[in-house]
Amino acid sequence: MKPVKKSRALGKGLFERENFLAYLFIAPAIILITVFLFYPVANVFYYAFQHQNLMRPWADGPAGFDNFVHIFIEDTVFVGSLWVSLQWVVVQVSFQLVFGMIIALMLNKAFKFRGLVRTIMFYPWAISGVLTAMMWSMMYHQHVGVFNAILLDLGIIQTHIAWLANMSFVFPSVAAAGIWRGIPFFAIMILARLQTVSPEIYEACDVDGANAFQKFFYITLPHLKEAIILATLLRTVWEFNAVDLIMNLTGGGPARATTTLTMYIVNTAVTDQNFGYGSALAAVSFFILLVFAMIYLKASRFGKED
Amino acid sequence: MRPKFYWPKRVLMFYLPMILILTFIIFPLYWTVRTSLMHERDIVSLPIRYLPIPATFTNFITAWDVVGFNMYFRNSLFVAVLSVTLVTFFSIFVGYSLSRFKFRGKNAFMFMMLATQFLPAAMLILPLFMIFRNLNLLNNHFSLVLINTTMQLSFNSILMRGFVSGIPIELEEAATIDGCSRIGAIFKTVIPLLIPGLVATAAFSFVGVWNEFLYAFMFMTSRTNFTLPIGLRSVIGEYTANHGILAAGSMIALVPALLMFVYLQKYLITGLAAGSVKG
Repeated sequence: MKPVKKSRALGKGLFERENFLAYLFIAPAIILITVFLFYPVANVFYYAFQHQNLMRPWADGPAGFDNFVHIFIEDTVFVGSLWVSLQWVVVQVSFQLVFGMIIALMLNKAFKFRGLVRTIMFYPWAISGVLTAMMWSMMYHQHVGVFNAILLDLGIIQTHIAWLANMSFVFPSVAAAGIWRGIPFFAIMILARLQTVSPEIYEACDVDGANAFQKFFYITLPHLKEAIILATLLRTVWEFNAVDLIMNLTGGGPARATTTLTMYIVNTAVTDQNFGYGSALAAVSFFILLVFAMIYLKASRFGKED
Repeated sequence: MRPKFYWPKRVLMFYLPMILILTFIIFPLYWTVRTSLMHERDIVSLPIRYLPIPATFTNFITAWDVVGFNMYFRNSLFVAVLSVTLVTFFSIFVGYSLSRFKFRGKNAFMFMMLATQFLPAAMLILPLFMIFRNLNLLNNHFSLVLINTTMQLSFNSILMRGFVSGIPIELEEAATIDGCSRIGAIFKTVIPLLIPGLVATAAFSFVGVWNEFLYAFMFMTSRTNFTLPIGLRSVIGEYTANHGILAAGSMIALVPALLMFVYLQKYLITGLAAGSVKG
């Protein structure tokens, strides 16, 4: 790292004082992160081994491995929610990646009104999960929603569909809203990387007579590899943990059709007020993510030159 | 000049998919604007209308004055402005420290900051609820300021490190030779040059704090303390049938974040995203 070497030249003889300043500058961050992030995490692991239920305070106390035994052996909701989480993450990340890539490739070309098109393509980035839920629930409305109106007019459906209450439609409906909101993230990350590809490479390909697909698969895609790996990992973690969209669109229903593991944790904590069991679920979910991230980074050989 | 026969292919392969995607992306916003500008009786009458004719602002007036969106807006603004100020202030010094100093535990500190990005809010709300209960900060905006500041600090500090590294160290050296202390040199030479970066990171964290839902939902128990996201959520329960007010409330929550985005978008591609991808 260049800046560090330079600072040594400036701070020669003042090394002790420099060290003090460095620690002073990062102290607020360390204090905040320790108190409001690491201490709570430690707490989660503590409560995971406790019975702690605001609804049944008389039964509070050490639980040993009770909570974990219950999760892995008796709790069918856990298994179901893990399955929903898996589907959710795969659908979200893959669709967002494909559409994000298409949009980034389009915006990387020169055309009229590119600035305006870019603004429109990226604006859902600024929309919160709650707002996404509001906007889409109005469109999904059974009687006055626009989707039913359009599909009925086109003759694709014959009756009004309750998109968010129907077991077979609720997951794709919520997923569409999530994809809508997540596309800009991928588009931004990929476009940023695309703009670092030098045009000379493509010109050389043109000279060699490469077609568009060859250029994409042999030049563009390898160049984007690191950006895609990073964006996919960040988004997977984010989508696995995200709860605001589902919570406000369906609350996890109907009949738990959209209850992801994170949604289940929040319901256990907020609705059931069962902090001990919720903490155990949170600990399990944390380890699932940790193992995933390690395997993913190893398998994708992230950060290594090949 | 491209040959003429190229155009139909370009329309088919480029403009047509683009218009389809654009429609998909802009439609929810269009529908919200349309609904917010209509009388409730027009919204619920069939067949549905695609344009808000006749248009009205009554939904906005009701949402703002009667439903309490003026209150939610003020609360959101308070939490966001205070959090963003703290985040920006702290991240200057953390970013400076990471860029200019070499110190023991630097790598561990970087790792600690990255690790915070992986901690799910759903995991933290339980212990944080108990912590803020013990601190007597439940139903108090300072609990949101504290947690939002903490959550935004890591990312912003890493961005700020990049901005500080872009400022030549010779300027500080010159200032120190002229008799400035190290901190004096930072305030005189580094911070003025950091201002574009500062504004960008501030706008970034503003969008994050403005949109935060789960902590506010967990910690704010009385209506007078609601921020916009939970205010909106509470509207669903009470005004189930009233689409117009819901849409108007959504617009009120949406506009500040959208304005920040329009300002920010040039940084999204050229500066910040590129820097964060390169690591």
